Amino acid sequence: MTAVEPTNATKVRVGDLSVFYGEKQALFGVDLDVPANQVTALIGPSGCGKSTFLRCVNRMNDVIDGCRVTGSILLDGVDVNDRTLDVVQLRARVGMVFQKPNPFPKSVWENVAYGPRIHGIASSHAELDRIVISSLDRAGLLKEVQDRLHEPGTSLSGGQQQRLCIARAIAVSPEVILMDEPCSALDPIATATIEGLIDELREKFTIVIVTHNMQQAARVSQRTAFFHLGEIVEEGETGKIFTNPTDQRTQDYITGRFG
Amino acid sequence: MTEGRADAVGIHDDEAARKRLRRRYAAERRFRAYGLGAIGIAMLALVVLLASVTRSGLPAFTQHELTLEIHYDAELLDPDGTRDPEVLGRADYAKPVRAALASLFPAVEGRRERRQLAGLVSKGAVFELRERVLAAPELVGTREPVRVPLSDEADQYLKGKIRTDLPESQRKVSDRQIAWIEDLRGRGLVHQVFNFRFLSSGDSREPELAGIWGAAVGSLLTLLVTLLLSFPVGVAAAVYLEEFAPRNRWTDLIEVNINNLAAVPSIVFGLLGLAVFLNFFGLPRSAPLVGGMVLALMTLPTVIIASRAAILSVPPSIREAALGVGASPLQVVVQHVLPLALPGILTGTIIGMARALGETAPLLMIGMVAFVVDVPDGPLAPATALPVQIFLWADSPEPAFREKTAAAIMVLLAFLIIMNLAAVLLRNRFERRW
Repeated sequence: MTAVEPTNATKVRVGDLSVFYGEKQALFGVDLDVPANQVTALIGPSGCGKSTFLRCVNRMNDVIDGCRVTGSILLDGVDVNDRTLDVVQLRARVGMVFQKPNPFPKSVWENVAYGPRIHGIASSHAELDRIVISSLDRAGLLKEVQDRLHEPGTSLSGGQQQRLCIARAIAVSPEVILMDEPCSALDPIATATIEGLIDELREKFTIVIVTHNMQQAARVSQRTAFFHLGEIVEEGETGKIFTNPTDQRTQDYITGRFG
Repeated sequence: MTEGRADAVGIHDDEAARKRLRRRYAAERRFRAYGLGAIGIAMLALVVLLASVTRSGLPAFTQHELTLEIHYDAELLDPDGTRDPEVLGRADYAKPVRAALASLFPAVEGRRERRQLAGLVSKGAVFELRERVLAAPELVGTREPVRVPLSDEADQYLKGKIRTDLPESQRKVSDRQIAWIEDLRGRGLVHQVFNFRFLSSGDSREPELAGIWGAAVGSLLTLLVTLLLSFPVGVAAAVYLEEFAPRNRWTDLIEVNINNLAAVPSIVFGLLGLAVFLNFFGLPRSAPLVGGMVLALMTLPTVIIASRAAILSVPPSIREAALGVGASPLQVVVQHVLPLALPGILTGTIIGMARALGETAPLLMIGMVAFVVDVPDGPLAPATALPVQIFLWADSPEPAFREKTAAAIMVLLAFLIIMNLAAVLLRNRFERRW
C-alpha cells in the first residue's frame, strides 16, 4: 500500500542529448526529466526535433543510416545507449505507438499476440489469449472487436487501428510508452477516445506523447516540454506552460502566432 | 455590367479557345491511337509467330504406321530353341520385316528394288520388334500383325510434303515407292496415328523416331539445379543488401556490378562455366548439373534485382511496428518483410527461370549440344536441353526435321506458358490484400 499515489520519481532522465543525421544536427544538448506514471507532452513546430527525441528513447534511430547520438538517456538510471544493453529488451520496456496506424497485415488477435510471443512472455496459448484479451480491453477496443478477433487488423477503422496498435504496445507490458502524434490521422471522435485512453493508461505506464495539437497537450498531459529548433525552450507543469509561460517564444507558439 | 459579362464569356468561349480545346482532344485521341496501334502490332506479331510455328509443327504430332504380318521365325531368331534373352537380343530382326514386306509385294525382284521397298519402313521397326520379343519370348515361332513406323520419306509423302511434280531424281521418294505406298494405302494397311514416340523418346538420327522427351528431361533437371542455386542465394543476397548492409562505397559498387551482370551476354557465362566448372573443377561435360550452375549464375542478378525491388516495396511502417514491439532485425525480416515480399520475389524468380529455360548459348559452351539418344536419368548424365534440341534439329538436313523443329518450339512455348501461369497463380495466392 505504499504506492497508492503515483510516485513522481524520474523514469527517464535525458542529459545533454544531441543527435546528428549525417552532417545535420537535429538536437542540441537537450535535458529533460520524464516523471513516472505521468503523461509528458512534447510540443513544438514541425522539424523541431520532438520525434527525433522520442525515437532516441527506444533507440529507433539505430536503423537510420548516418544517425549519431551523444549524451545520456537514463532509463531507471541505466543508459539506453550502453553497448551492453540489449536493444530488443529495451524496446520491450519502452513501447511505441506511431503517427500512422500500422497494424501488421495479420488478424487482430495475431497483432496483439506478436509482441508477447516473441518475448516469450506467455507460457501457454491460453495465457497468451488472456494477455491479448486484457490488452484489447485496456485499449478500449475489446467490445468492438471481440467477435472479429480473427479478421485482419487492417480491416478496422483508423481509430480502431490506432487503438489496436496501443493494445499491441501494452501487450508486452512496457514501462514507458512513446506516442508519436498518435491522433494526427484520426477524426475528433476517435481522438477523444484515445485521449481518454491515455489518461487511464498513465496509472500503469509512463507516457511521452508528441503532439501538434495544443488542446490535446493541455488535456492529456501533466508536464509539457516546448521544443524549438532542436532545443527545449521551456519545460514544466502543463498548467503553468499553458497559462503562464516564462519564455516569449512559448507564449507565441501556444497562442498560435507561429509554428 | 454587360461589359463584364462579355469579358467573362470571351476568354474561355471565343473561337481561339474552342480551337485550343479541339487541339487538346485531338492530341488525346492521337495518343490513345498510338497506344492501341502499338498493342495491335505486338498482338499481330504474336499471332503470326504462333500461327506459323503451329502450322509447321502440328504435323509432327502425327505419324504414319504400316501394319505388317510379322512371322517370328524360330529358325531365324532362336535356332537352338533356348529362349535365352542374350540370343534373342542379338538376333537379326530385319529379316522378318523384309520377309513381311516381300509377302505384300511378291512381284518385287532384285536387290535394288528390294532395298527400295525396305526403305519404306523405318529402321526403328527392327528395334521395336526386338523389344517386343525380349518382353515376351513366347512370341517366337508365332505370327502377328504389328504396326511399325514408316520411314520419314514415306511419312513426308503421305503428309503431302513431297512435291510429286518434280522429276524423280530431285525427290527423296521414287516413283516406284510412291506406287507401293498408294497400293498399301489402298489395302488399308497405312494408318495415321498420334506420335507418342515424339513425346516419349530421346533424340535420334531418324526423324520418325526422334523425340523431345530427352531434351525436356534435360531442361527440367537443368532448371531444377538453377532454381535450387539461384533462389536461396539470390534472396539471401537481396535481403542482406536491402535490410542489413550499410550504404557505402562498397555496397554501391556491388549494386552497380549486379546491375551490370544482369546485362552480360549469356554466352559469357557459358565461357565462364567452361573455364571454371569444366576445366578447373573437372565436372562432367554435357551434364545438367553444370548447365544448371551456369544458368544459375546468369539468373542470379535477375533474382536479386527482383527480390530487392519486392523487399523495398514493403512499407517501412511494418518494419517500424515490428521493431517497436521489440522484434530483432532477423525476426522483422523473416516474420514480416519476406512474407509480404514473397509474391514479388516468386514472380521475379519465375521470370528468371523462364529466361534460363530458353537459353541456348551458355549450354553450347559446356557441351550440352551433344547428340544424346538416352533420356538423362540424373543431373550428371549427359543431356541436352529444349532450346539446344531445337538448334540441333534446325541444323539437320532431313526435311522431316523441319516439322520436328517447329513442334519442339511448341513444346518449349508450352513450358514457358506453364511457368508464366505459375507465376501469376503464385502471386495471386500469396498476395495479401489486407
